[in-house]
Amino acid sequence: MEQLLTFGIVGLSTAAIYAVIGSGLVLTYVTTGVFNFAHGAAGMLAAFCYWQLTVGWGWPVPVGLAVVLLVLAPGFGLAVERVLMRPVQHLGEAERLVMTVALLSGAIAVARWIWDPNVARPLTVFFADREPFHIGPVTVTWHQALTMAVAVAVAAGLWFLLNRTRTGAEMRATVDDRGLVQLTGADPLRAGRVAWMLSTQLAALGGILIAPTVALDASQLSLLIVSAYTAAVFGWLRSLPLTFIGAVVVGCLESYLTGYLPQNEYLPGLRLAAPALLLFIALLVFRHRRLRGRDRRLVRVPVPSLRGTAVFAASTVAFGLVLATVLSDADLVTYGPLFSLGIIALSYVPLAGYAGQISLCQLSIAGIGAVVWGHLGAQGQLWALGAAVLVSAAVGALIAVPALRFSGVYLALGTAAFAVVLDRWIFTLPSFEVFGVRIALFDQGSVEVSGPNLFGLRLDGTAELLVFASVWLALASLGVAVLRRGRFGRRLIALRDSEAAYATLGGNLLVAKVAVFALSAGIAGLGGALYGMQHRTVTAEQFNLVAGLPIFLVAVIGGLGAVGNGLFAGTAFVGPHVLTGLVSWGHNLVSVMPALAGMGLAHSPEGIVSRFRREWEPLGRDRIALPALLVGLALGWGLRLGDVINGWTFLVWAYVLGEGLRRYAAARQTADPAEPEIPVEWWGLRRPWRADDREVLARGIAGG
Amino acid sequence: MSALLQLSGIRAAHEGITVLHGVDLSVAAGQVVALLGPNGAGKTTTLRVAAGVHPAASGRLLMGGRDVTGVGPQDLARAGVCLIPEGRGIFPNLSVRDNLLMMTFTGRSREEIEDVAFARFPILAQRASQAAGTLSGGEQQMLALARGLATDPAVLLLDELSMGLAPLVVANLYEQVAEIARQGVAVLVVEQFAAAVLGIADHAAVLVRGRIERQGRPDSGFRTDLSALYLGSPT
Repeated sequence: MEQLLTFGIVGLSTAAIYAVIGSGLVLTYVTTGVFNFAHGAAGMLAAFCYWQLTVGWGWPVPVGLAVVLLVLAPGFGLAVERVLMRPVQHLGEAERLVMTVALLSGAIAVARWIWDPNVARPLTVFFADREPFHIGPVTVTWHQALTMAVAVAVAAGLWFLLNRTRTGAEMRATVDDRGLVQLTGADPLRAGRVAWMLSTQLAALGGILIAPTVALDASQLSLLIVSAYTAAVFGWLRSLPLTFIGAVVVGCLESYLTGYLPQNEYLPGLRLAAPALLLFIALLVFRHRRLRGRDRRLVRVPVPSLRGTAVFAASTVAFGLVLATVLSDADLVTYGPLFSLGIIALSYVPLAGYAGQISLCQLSIAGIGAVVWGHLGAQGQLWALGAAVLVSAAVGALIAVPALRFSGVYLALGTAAFAVVLDRWIFTLPSFEVFGVRIALFDQGSVEVSGPNLFGLRLDGTAELLVFASVWLALASLGVAVLRRGRFGRRLIALRDSEAAYATLGGNLLVAKVAVFALSAGIAGLGGALYGMQHRTVTAEQFNLVAGLPIFLVAVIGGLGAVGNGLFAGTAFVGPHVLTGLVSWGHNLVSVMPALAGMGLAHSPEGIVSRFRREWEPLGRDRIALPALLVGLALGWGLRLGDVINGWTFLVWAYVLGEGLRRYAAARQTADPAEPEIPVEWWGLRRPWRADDREVLARGIAGG
Repeated sequence: MSALLQLSGIRAAHEGITVLHGVDLSVAAGQVVALLGPNGAGKTTTLRVAAGVHPAASGRLLMGGRDVTGVGPQDLARAGVCLIPEGRGIFPNLSVRDNLLMMTFTGRSREEIEDVAFARFPILAQRASQAAGTLSGGEQQMLALARGLATDPAVLLLDELSMGLAPLVVANLYEQVAEIARQGVAVLVVEQFAAAVLGIADHAAVLVRGRIERQGRPDSGFRTDLSALYLGSPT
């Protein structure tokens, strides 16, 4: 009984922290409509700053607290609102979500950059020197008491602010209708600023309170937030009292699992994964409504031409060949994963680009693909690659079934929870048997992955595997392009545009969603298997949620609807490693880059790939520039192979040649005496009305 | 009667395409002006310019003789311009009571606002703690109109009050509008269905393709011309 109560107190004090953090999440969601994935990261940064001030520089605790909570946290919140959120305010839910994911990923990278993760940074609990007090049989430390008192104060304060003041009403009204808020004499920007400042302060408070009881580690602290997400989902992301109840459930569950979970090798991971598992279940069980309101802007999905895609696929393979012959062995290890990561990024195109389903667990699925290949394809049998794809697809289909109930933010949350369950529990399991089938994962360590056996030819060198992967990326890109042009692609886009309309037209939501999830998971699994081959051994850490976020961000920046995204994302992901060798902090810079790029989304919401295509299309159609480019590149390649020039010279030559010819082609095209642009409203007046104008106008109106 | 709200030579554009080509319109205190016209004529844009929501490319907006061109919507709202926008001018996720709380910006207390609104629309009192989005269409429009009552505006701008509502509800709402005007408020009403509003209007203007084609007292001659303007003249 005494033990029960003791674990209860521990659970309640953890719950208090989750409640504080969770209520900050609810605050931003109800007042700005943004589900802030980076909420935990803000708390993590606050904990690090607090450590730096009080331990690192030896400032007194009250001063450190005041600086973090009253200056740094609100300042950070203001900066996030101003720099990140305001530019995407007019874009859709997905874009705002990407911003917070970028912030999460960036904050973790920055924290690891500033505070070396290999150094332990202990923080003492508050009132450590005071004797714990007793309530009946239970001992309560002052830190625990403080946490609970803070939570109660936060609850009361927030409730009063939101429900009893005009500022609170303004904040909630701003999510509903910004324009109407102005008509009631209020400033919608002010509401957003207040919300971001307050919620960042709450995150900081939670981060500082929880940091002494866990290790000060960037990604671990940022993901502790999963428990707070679960609490917030209990409150449908908007009810504060229910969020507090949710926090108590999660906190106590974790505490009692620590105390009472039987000891065996399969279950310790379950305790770590419990909040994520509970989050998944809570998402399924609780009816969640979208906020009422109108804010859906859908980016158009371009239709790739077959010829263009074939050229693109051929260039992909050519690029692979050139890289394989030009790069040194050490560079091949660095840049080798370009194509396999590209395939994983390509898996977002049908899923997120066409069908509009945001998944944050693609890299985890790629991990499954890698493990299946590693175990079944140890001798390099090609059928095992098929098996890797099929098993991954099956896992994808498994996620699709609950995903039928989610959309938007909830789906992102659900898939993130799934990824965390995999990271913390499933991937850490020793091999086990289900219905007599032995299932092995990462074997609590690393798995050896060997190259494929191609009709008697064993591909084992990094260069060979690079070309092998480039061929698969080319094939996968072709496949996705064919999909977009076909019936299934159109169906997926219809589904994205309106699920209700899709269903009323006789479409089957279940079948379509399961199919697209399985398809994209299969692509990701293929990418994972190839990625594993290039690395020789794989560990679970390579496929965890945090590692997957940058790939997601780069894919979004490329433009989720574009088939060329695979090659772009792979190149953009490994390309910056060029910087690693140049400066000592290059490695850190590279890890921050995807996040920075993600934050720039507002400047090209349609994606970079489509801009690239617009810029380079004239070159592809030019009868002089294109052959000149090909000859020039072949010449450079030949010189490089003959060791006349080094890799850098070749790179610079290729760049200068390409850019120069592109400009030349663009200039030639505009020099053509094309007819001057006449605004639509003057058609039929300044120039004669043409037969196809009517259709052009109709399409413009429908698409605009 | 001197004009309380005056638009002179207003031009406005949507993404580079001009939709208003010099609109002149004035509304005096206590007057109800109906702005009629076919789809896409620029009626809503005119109202949005008058409320400061949409910028005018050229022309002047006067309120009580003072030039307020280019003043932002929240300042115009505080100065007494009340626009009830198309659709439902309410916050759907907020309760009825919180929607009324949002109307306290003119300095009236929450209690006064509730008294005025509940006295005029008793049904809202019964729904006070319900989320506004769960009200029926007519009730939502009553709540929206309550802003026009409770904030004591000088100018009331109404956009398509009748949209999606039953004729009986519409008639009831326009009775309230007439009542508001009798208290000295300048009312400008945009309406597609002319019959609903001409009964209470003192003055009417017909906007076609961004120009005022006809204005005057809404007598029978006006109505005949109106149908010609809507349907195209027989000549």
